[in-house]
Amino acid sequence: MDHTSTLTLTVNGTKVSRTVQPRTHLIDFLRDELGLTGSHIGCEHGVCGACTVRVDGTIVRGCLTLAVQCEGKAVDTVEGLSDSGELAQLQQAFHERNALQCGYCTPGMLVAALDLVKSEPDATRERIREHLSGNYCRCTGYQAIVDAIETVLVHRRKEARA
Amino acid sequence: MTARDELPVKGSKTRTQAGYIGKAEPRANAKRLLQGRGSFIDDLRFPRLAQVVFLRSPHAHAKIRKLDFSKARTAPGVIAVVDGRAVAEYCTPWVGVLSHLKGLKSAPQFPIAIDRACWQGEAVAAVVAETRAQAEDACELIVAEYDPLPAVIDMHEALAGRHVIHPDLGDNICFNREVDFGAVEAAFAKADVVVEESYSFGRHTGVCLEGRAILADYNAAEHTLTVHHATQAPHMMQDIFSKHLNIPEANVRVICRDIGGAYGIKVHVYPDEMCTAALSIMLRRPVKFVADRMESFLSDIHAREHKVKVRLAATKAGEILAFDLDDLTAIGPYSVYPRTSGIEGNQVVNLTGGPYKHQNYRAKLNVVFTNKNVTCQYRAVGHPIAVALTEGIVDLAAQKLGMDPAEFRRRNLVPDDAYPYTGAAGMKFELLSHHQCLDKLLALMDYKALRAEQAELRKKGVYRGIGLAAMIEVTNPSPAFYGVGGARISAQDGATLRLEPTGMLTVLSSVTEQGQGTEGIFAQIAATAVGVTMDKVKVITGDTSTTPYGGGTWASRGAGIGGEAVLQAGKALRSNILDIAAAILSVDKATLDVYNNEIIDAASGASRLPLAELGRVAYFRPDTLPMKFQSELMVTRHYTPREYGFTFTNGIQASLVEIHPDTGFVKLLKHWCVEDCGTVINPMLVDEQIRGGVVQGIGGALFEECHYSEDGQLLNASMADYLVPMSGEMPDIVCGHVESPTKSSELGAKGVGEAGTAGAPGAVMNAINDALAPLNARVNSMPFTPERILDALGAANAKG
Repeated sequence: MDHTSTLTLTVNGTKVSRTVQPRTHLIDFLRDELGLTGSHIGCEHGVCGACTVRVDGTIVRGCLTLAVQCEGKAVDTVEGLSDSGELAQLQQAFHERNALQCGYCTPGMLVAALDLVKSEPDATRERIREHLSGNYCRCTGYQAIVDAIETVLVHRRKEARA
Repeated sequence: MTARDELPVKGSKTRTQAGYIGKAEPRANAKRLLQGRGSFIDDLRFPRLAQVVFLRSPHAHAKIRKLDFSKARTAPGVIAVVDGRAVAEYCTPWVGVLSHLKGLKSAPQFPIAIDRACWQGEAVAAVVAETRAQAEDACELIVAEYDPLPAVIDMHEALAGRHVIHPDLGDNICFNREVDFGAVEAAFAKADVVVEESYSFGRHTGVCLEGRAILADYNAAEHTLTVHHATQAPHMMQDIFSKHLNIPEANVRVICRDIGGAYGIKVHVYPDEMCTAALSIMLRRPVKFVADRMESFLSDIHAREHKVKVRLAATKAGEILAFDLDDLTAIGPYSVYPRTSGIEGNQVVNLTGGPYKHQNYRAKLNVVFTNKNVTCQYRAVGHPIAVALTEGIVDLAAQKLGMDPAEFRRRNLVPDDAYPYTGAAGMKFELLSHHQCLDKLLALMDYKALRAEQAELRKKGVYRGIGLAAMIEVTNPSPAFYGVGGARISAQDGATLRLEPTGMLTVLSSVTEQGQGTEGIFAQIAATAVGVTMDKVKVITGDTSTTPYGGGTWASRGAGIGGEAVLQAGKALRSNILDIAAAILSVDKATLDVYNNEIIDAASGASRLPLAELGRVAYFRPDTLPMKFQSELMVTRHYTPREYGFTFTNGIQASLVEIHPDTGFVKLLKHWCVEDCGTVINPMLVDEQIRGGVVQGIGGALFEECHYSEDGQLLNASMADYLVPMSGEMPDIVCGHVESPTKSSELGAKGVGEAGTAGAPGAVMNAINDALAPLNARVNSMPFTPERILDALGAANAKG
């Protein structure tokens, strides 16, 4: 338990360095060490998706990733993706469509949605539902979330054509 | 009061902001959640914050022979390790009973078990440390030894009472009730058709994405306790902390900021949460508890474990004559405090057969103790059971009569012109709209076309089913729900409205927000009532030290009760604003109105005075007003529903499914819900309440069940093993509305938060059975897993 190591990584564009225990999960590191409480803890075994964050451009479960695995990597969380504007379209669509209720799943849901929007611009409703199948939402029943993401995809497709 | 002071919401002559009522306004408070800037309990940072974790009983029923804390106490970071006796010094026990549920009994319950654990997961010790990891490490160093006791797991065994869980109570029966209205025996004797079926409902739970969470902060200098709590009922909890921790009520402050899902799970008193508050007092520092996922499964209330036999009598012309019900439900070892665990079964008795006009009804209910986790009120409380068994037996009767299920319902639903109407179970209905809802539903889904398509597909070996489920629903409960039974739970809610100097409007409400949109609709009502634009309104909820006193969020009451209080406060504030305007402008108040953040001339609509200017004068230059004039720009009003015990709503749902006979898989193709919640304040939020509720109901119908072993071990206490609805399997849900406003309030709003959950399981069950009918199979045990469907098909083949 006493063994610790120094971890240096880039979080939301800023280089940070901390001493961590090897057993510390990325989500606990982000929340407890860096105070980035936007990403949430839901199940702690990789099922619910509430802790979804981005590591070197790929979405990961913060509860299945050890902080020490992120040495030298770039981690993006909902806070950084909000400030950079990368999530702005999705956030607006979620807001207008009421695609969130309690909001606890929302940061993970948005990061997962952004991944789809960027990687599959032609995704159908079925693909949206499939892609989000690792993100649990108990409030909405998912339809509003699917609608909001579809709205963004349609909008971006129109923009791309224009 | 002049005509202009009258209610602006539906007044025909008044110029108002009426556009906000009935408008799909996005919720202002959703923006912070979208940026990860919410304040859930686990997001809060406090100096000297300690964390508590619990050692929980690995046995369903056991004497605690030995607890050795010596190693745990010396572990790094540990502040305290305590047992039940130590915590009982700071927190008195409770008993979950209500006097109007006659005969309901339970045993005293302590924050941490003393001497004996009664379910697997009951806390037997607590470890407080500087960090959660340290506390969890130390928890593993506790040496605990148990002598297992006979565990009562099966509800029939509990009823038989070979082993009595609480010997002082005499038996394992928490509550029983029998009703017999009309002439049930005679009705069954003269019936042309009698159908009978047994249904069982799997015990399941809420699975809030945020675990239960509490941060208690005791200030020894002031003898005050501030509790940051993920609760739906802050004033109820204030009263309970005060009573059981012996702190004056006014010294207890309960604050609820963002809550990550609640659905009834977070409206109860939990032993580990009471323990956390007691530890804060004991240790004189802030202490936090957040339930992890396994703890949530083991200790969040469960619900809906019922085995029910129901009979229905009908004439061959298709008239329902009587329902006869026998319900057995198991609630764990304690009735949960303070709402009790008798309510769910009681609701089943009250609601069964509710949509129909028969006048003969008999019901028997037994609520028994078992050595599983406790059960209590979870979203739609009893409704999913009552609706499913009613609609299941109604479909069976229709099938036996060779009648279309929609037509059979049309012949038996209480007519829309029959109100006020008292149902066979004695429930009083002010105004329902079963037939309008049925008509709208059938049109919305194109019922005839779907039936034709179903018949065509059956020829091709595709098994589709269509299921209907009509429902009634308890909303806006009066004090008859809890208060009359002695529970200190407010059926009343209050709202304070304050016009700020700049013309902005602050609204404080005793109803809480868990994402359903309370703050959003209250802003709409307040803006409408006062005459300002939405961007001027700020709503504050969830703080016992600042908001008016009230009940909070449960039983679909926020919009109907809290909303009416906001409306009445808004009307009063508008009148006060006009008094000030009349004084400033030296004109008759009756010639003025408030519109679009301005005082206007009521006749011409001409602008007379911005509210910001009125605010400036009222707050900073009252010396310019007449000598005896005192302006009052803060108003509080309360509202309690009194005329009816409950403001019932109604609705009907339909499900379209496809069954794969080879695999037993059910594919949900589409779902419809037409519902009447009275005045619709925000159609988008109403629809999303319905959709979210429907999906929770589908979870219970198809996936969710807490599986216990014969010795009372919960076998699937993880999200990998306990299945919940995910986006990939869920259908699109079509919503429709009929609006029959309640006349018991000016706003006319009834509740809507639970309607989806109430009706969906019954609709899905009927759809599955409709699909299975040509294969001569039928299922009646929820959840309808592929295994159960294959079993039913196998049995049909064997009979073959």
